Amino acid sequence: MSKAYLSIEELGITFRNGAKSSEVLRGVNLQVDRGEFVSIIGHSGCGKSTLLNVVAGLLPVTTGAVILDGTAVESPGPDRAVVFQNHSLLPWLSVYENVRLGVDKVFKSTKSRAERHAWTLENLALVQMVHAKDKRPSEISGGMKQRVGIARALAMEPKVLLLDEPFGALDALTRANLQDSVMEIHAKLGNTVLMITHDVDEAVLLSDRIVMMTNGPSATIGEIERVELARPRNRIAVDATPPYINARHAVIEFLYSRHKAVREAA
Amino acid sequence: MTLPALSITPAPGKAMLEAAPTATADVVPIPRPAGPESVRFGERLKGFFAVTLPPAATLLVVLVVWEMLASSATSGLPSPTRIWMESKELILNPFFDRGGVDKGLFWHALTSLKRVAIGFSLAAVVGVALGVLVGSSKLFHRGLDPIFQVLRTVPPLAWLPISLAALREANPSALFVIFITAIWPVVINTAVGVRNIPQDYRNVGQVLRLSPFEYFFTILLPAATPYIFTGLRIGVGMSWLAIIASEMLLGGVGVGFFIWDQYNASRISDIIVALVWVGLVGFALDRLIAFIGHVVSRGASAQ
Repeated sequence: MSKAYLSIEELGITFRNGAKSSEVLRGVNLQVDRGEFVSIIGHSGCGKSTLLNVVAGLLPVTTGAVILDGTAVESPGPDRAVVFQNHSLLPWLSVYENVRLGVDKVFKSTKSRAERHAWTLENLALVQMVHAKDKRPSEISGGMKQRVGIARALAMEPKVLLLDEPFGALDALTRANLQDSVMEIHAKLGNTVLMITHDVDEAVLLSDRIVMMTNGPSATIGEIERVELARPRNRIAVDATPPYINARHAVIEFLYSRHKAVREAA
Repeated sequence: MTLPALSITPAPGKAMLEAAPTATADVVPIPRPAGPESVRFGERLKGFFAVTLPPAATLLVVLVVWEMLASSATSGLPSPTRIWMESKELILNPFFDRGGVDKGLFWHALTSLKRVAIGFSLAAVVGVALGVLVGSSKLFHRGLDPIFQVLRTVPPLAWLPISLAALREANPSALFVIFITAIWPVVINTAVGVRNIPQDYRNVGQVLRLSPFEYFFTILLPAATPYIFTGLRIGVGMSWLAIIASEMLLGGVGVGFFIWDQYNASRISDIIVALVWVGLVGFALDRLIAFIGHVVSRGASAQ
């Protein structure tokens, strides 16, 4: 057994629908160190979201195992907080209440009422959303919703933060803003992060390592590219540096030359 | 295209800045135009008439046509003016009470409403509970849904003989008929609402490890609320239909019985007045439930 903080070992996922069965993932091995930022990139339908859902515990493992901090993952839990692609804030709760719901659940016995209130506000401040704390999700923009989703996940103090294409539905400028925020937060808190993305630049800018998935069915990890850029990173300063260009080229080469999107899947 | 615009725009600002210190001007009082309040009031009045005029015009046309059709001596139905003459007291004084069943329409409506309140509340509670059960469990859905689909098509009055035979008394039978009529839309809509809870919300519940109890109150119930209130709205309308029909057969005080009683006394004008009451009360019930739904779901359900 490896000593990595998060360890995915010989993971295979097969969906069964009556007599039909389809193998989505086969032989996935990945070790993530504490505080590391790892992106998973691949074409649509390659099973990257499936992989994330398995780590989250939302889908059961067929073969192999996911081990986080020495414990096998079997069910969902707040130690693996997920930021969903479409934010999935509860529309009948205010921004504050959405975050507080998670805080109350995780720190019910360890923090007092006042402490939980302060902790909720602290996490909203981390994503610069205190000003909208009493608004409902329908009253704030898509980027703001995603910020609140990140605050809700961070407030649970997860061992690993799972981001499922968190900025996929946002426009380019808002996305850049949020990427900067995520980098700041990562620098400040040192979270272990696993992020699904289909944006090459986003992967290179944010990650320590980029995991490239082959096309499904029976997808697996094709290559892992390490991004040799010092932190903190500034999107303008790193943009034309050799490590950035090299990493970007490696990923694009993998995705568009060696593992082109399968027509049917796209 | 953009270049000239860019070079021109700063100019007026600059000119104003330079001119500002030297410029002198007399203060000229500008006559106050129509204030924003009066404008808003005018707008509101316009909006009010835009909403109220069309139905008022429709009503007027209906009354005029009715008057023309029913004014011949041989007509079986009274014209609006004859209704006014014959049932003036009933229209103008809904609150009289001469004992027995000789009461104003307000008291009849109140009695009917009390029955609806009891029967419908029962239907709402049991209906939501059953709907949640059917909506959240495949097994219960398979077991119960076909039976519900058959039972819901049984007309309210068909239940009356059975409930009379089982309960032996008029009042509980009437309540049962309301209950059994109103429950089906509540059950079916609640079940649909629970089944349609987005997977995202379920995932949130799972990641937070909410207990079944917490999940029920923080996610399931609020997510299904718009559907539940759709069911309640249909249900309250149907229970109002059922009470009128069952009171006709059961007797005593109540709008349904009043209509039957006046029919036996051949007072058609009074029946028409009672019909207007039935319609208005039914409309008010529907609005009431819609309003409660709007408040409870914090604007998510349509009013």
